[in-house]
Amino acid sequence: MHEMSLCESVLQILEQQAEAQQYRKVKTVWLEIGALAGVEIEALRFSFDIVVQGSLADQARLEIIEVPGQAWCLPCGRNVAVQQLYDQCPHCGSHQLQVNGGDQMRIKELEVE
Amino acid sequence: MCGVCGCGEGHSHSHDHGHSHDHHHHDHDHEHGAAHAHAPGLSRLRMVQIEQDILAKNNRYAAENRRYFGERGMLALNLVSSPGSGKTTLLTETIARLQGDIEIAVIEGDQQTARDAERIRATGVQAVQINTGKGCHLDAHRVGHALASLQPSDHSLLFIENVGNLVCPSSFDLGEAHKVVILSVTEGEDKPIKYPDMFHAADLMILNKTDLLPYLDFDSEQCIQYAKQVNPRIKVLSLSAKTGEGMDNWLRWLKAELELQHIAYA
Repeated sequence: MHEMSLCESVLQILEQQAEAQQYRKVKTVWLEIGALAGVEIEALRFSFDIVVQGSLADQARLEIIEVPGQAWCLPCGRNVAVQQLYDQCPHCGSHQLQVNGGDQMRIKELEVE
Repeated sequence: MCGVCGCGEGHSHSHDHGHSHDHHHHDHDHEHGAAHAHAPGLSRLRMVQIEQDILAKNNRYAAENRRYFGERGMLALNLVSSPGSGKTTLLTETIARLQGDIEIAVIEGDQQTARDAERIRATGVQAVQINTGKGCHLDAHRVGHALASLQPSDHSLLFIENVGNLVCPSSFDLGEAHKVVILSVTEGEDKPIKYPDMFHAADLMILNKTDLLPYLDFDSEQCIQYAKQVNPRIKVLSLSAKTGEGMDNWLRWLKAELELQHIAYA
């Protein structure tokens, strides 16, 4: 979904931070992307290279830290691993799951100069 | 600072993550050569911790919109669906039934044209059209601008009709009280599991165009079951905006939700 606009948001954050953190070039960007964030990693990589062209992050390397999905199962009363939003609980088969991890999209850190 | 060559703090960071990514700690020693080694002030690589949510900017604007709605006791709803689900007809029919009773304003999102806003204005209600151009969703910033030109009344009901798209708008909080997903029975009952993000994000699902059910193989029960798989909390209303069947439940829901916005919590 909207990977292009996500990349534009990433670039905006990089540009905003450049002054505060005193860097002129971004060499590597680490993004933390949850398995349930609805982000297509390949589309993100494709968009990233295009969006950063000619910017302070031109040719920057994109590193993706994938975070597994996790949800609280109400019947089991514990956290369980989920691959997709509509997964059932792997232990009891219930759909009463509250996602509580793996839905994030964050810029984790940068390698800059 | 790195105690070895003074090139910033780029060395130890990678060990704190508890995950592995293939970055090379001392690559830059080789890239920059001797000039880099111990000359302060020259270009050098270092790590910067950012820890920023990619959608943080949108979320800040959304919080601003939410505060705006809260101060005015407004109910803002973000209507999402695929193109052609009947959102605009549902809106014009809803407006026709509530007008005079409740103040209503509409923000229309479409990639191009002002056709939907014109349809809404024909009902006598204020509407602002946002054309997203290349964009596939409305964002909170643009909605904030639309609010400035709409100037909705206190205690009014604001419909934000998002771009017809079951994917992208799910991640963009606009500051609304609820996302309402509209699914028409001509679309296939498996939409909730094909586009789970949207049905997961919505609080209410409207199953629209029920007047067409006799002509289709659409399995309503199965569709609702799929929606609840993705989102156990989702509530479902079946209606036909065209014939008016089921509209009374929807109007009751709207009035009740609007009433809730009038409560002054401590």
